Amino acid sequence: MKSGVNKRPELKRGNLMAVKIFIAADRLDSVLEKLATKIDLWIPALLKGDKSGPTGFVPYEVGKAPAFDRQTTLPLKKVLLPQEETLLRFEYKKDPEGAPKTTIALDDHREARPTLVFGARSCDVRALTTLDRVFANGPYVDPYYVERRKNTFFATLVCKENDVKCFCSSVGGGPADMEGSHLKIVQVDDGYVVEALTAEAQSLLDGLGDAPDAARDAKAAEMVKEASGRRVGDVDTQGCAEAFRNRFPQTDYWVQMVSQCLSCGVCTYVCPTCYCFSITDEVENLKGERLRSWDSCMFYHYTLEASGHNPRPTKLERYRNRVGHKFSYIPEKYEGLLGCCGCGRCIRSCPVSIDIRQVVGHLKENTNEQ
Amino acid sequence: MNNNPYLPEMATVQEVITETGNIRTLRVTLDNKERMGQFDFRPGQVGQLSVFGTGESTFVINSPPTRKDYLQFSVMKAGEVTARIHQLNTGDQVGIRAPLGNGFDFEAMKGHDILFVGGGIGMAPLRTLLLYMIDNRADYGDITVIYGARSPKDMCYTYEFEEWRAGGVNLVLTVDAEFPGWKERVGFVPTVLSEVAPSPSNRIAITCGPPIMIKFVLFGLKELGFEDPQIITTLEKRMKCGIGICGRCNAGSKYVCLDGPVFSYDQIRAMGGEM
Repeated sequence: MKSGVNKRPELKRGNLMAVKIFIAADRLDSVLEKLATKIDLWIPALLKGDKSGPTGFVPYEVGKAPAFDRQTTLPLKKVLLPQEETLLRFEYKKDPEGAPKTTIALDDHREARPTLVFGARSCDVRALTTLDRVFANGPYVDPYYVERRKNTFFATLVCKENDVKCFCSSVGGGPADMEGSHLKIVQVDDGYVVEALTAEAQSLLDGLGDAPDAARDAKAAEMVKEASGRRVGDVDTQGCAEAFRNRFPQTDYWVQMVSQCLSCGVCTYVCPTCYCFSITDEVENLKGERLRSWDSCMFYHYTLEASGHNPRPTKLERYRNRVGHKFSYIPEKYEGLLGCCGCGRCIRSCPVSIDIRQVVGHLKENTNEQ
Repeated sequence: MNNNPYLPEMATVQEVITETGNIRTLRVTLDNKERMGQFDFRPGQVGQLSVFGTGESTFVINSPPTRKDYLQFSVMKAGEVTARIHQLNTGDQVGIRAPLGNGFDFEAMKGHDILFVGGGIGMAPLRTLLLYMIDNRADYGDITVIYGARSPKDMCYTYEFEEWRAGGVNLVLTVDAEFPGWKERVGFVPTVLSEVAPSPSNRIAITCGPPIMIKFVLFGLKELGFEDPQIITTLEKRMKCGIGICGRCNAGSKYVCLDGPVFSYDQIRAMGGEM
């Protein structure tokens, strides 16, 4: 998949800097601490509660333990697309000379700091290929996303254990897929083998550790081989764009699939590829900001027009649109690219057990009925 | 536009015209005079109008590209932003992101007879194309306009009807019910359409108005023998970004803000999606 951002120079082996290092488990803290002095560092970590509590990506703080043992509850999209961000600031200025004229000053300055996400998973990073197409490949380019994207690096875990809700292999990914990643992390028995996949990433590893010994290197290679061969999920997504179009008018199908939906929107909140947003103004006295914040197509108000008309008035149309966006509209717009990374978060988080694998898997069956 | 498509250009309101009880027209110019001089657009393209502190909404630029002393927007008071726009006065600053969207294919319409069918505020997107055609009158055949509103008080652009007629337009006006002093037609737009019965031969029909009017105008046009590709309309959806990114205004895989708002009826059928 070609992507307009993150074009990276080819890595030349045999450079003086380390290409691959070993980080012993008990040295991880000090390595992260060192990394954090070079670059803004994000890690997956417990958000609250005890060990079984929800996890997500957070800025690294000294002493913060990374949660590498399972996929995070929340995706990493907020690193590139914050849940709320300022698009511009405005200020009404009164003329001090007394003329009854007010002018407005706008300011859209922004800063994208070099950032490393250490410990993302293949599915999370792969999801960005969808966001890249939407935000970076035109016809209009979103400068807020693109500037952050160009400055963000990913150290990606080769996924040791998927769970029964994962289906990354069904949507073009896989547990060892490194598309969009800059560093590869393999968990071995007593630590981590970290390999640079790009020249820029190579400099990040500099001074962080020595090359792994032969045994650990072999073990890491073996784990990558196992993960590469593992097929996760068995959803048939071939021809899903057309199958969706055929299913579109079959109300019975959609009623059957979403009758229990509560319109809570958690599927969009936890989804790494759900990016839809709203723009609103906040103002106090003469100063204010125009903000962008995550929105959800599962909400009634999302498409409600000022006239009172709503093209997607019930959960049926709204859920159908979510499936259509990921499995029909995005593939149609972007040469077959699916708008789903197979992470399974929407399935895990849904309070009424709606399973997108079922909905997509059944698109093709019985389309001639009715 | 600048390299940040979310950053509006500043503009100043030059004139406010009260069209009806709930519709006002704003004439604005970009504060950057050089940009104003270079500003180009196609009839039917839209702009995002900002009132900072309240928000942005999408409106068609209803002045034609052949008359660029100002950019004109007609706004019906319906929500928060439009209510705030109605409070604007001459000299007030607003933000504008424009031109956005596709616009009408006025080149492909050359050499054809034209039928405009508008209702209420739906005349705004038709006005830009109508004036463009008046300014290039020789390029087009018969131009018939059927424009209806609930009452004469709900009609926009009444002050230029004579100019339209003088420009070679067959203007048919109608209101829903009898009204003291009203000398034009009385009846719903679809009914008047079947009375006027313009020939579909070599003609393109462009319609915009409330959804219920469009629905029956489409029936009427089909009955007169118009084929789907000959029928053109502009769609409306709730919009935010206006540049095909925020994901809100889709019908199938098309974004009304980016791929539209102008679509032919066969395109709309092919799009699928919720309307």
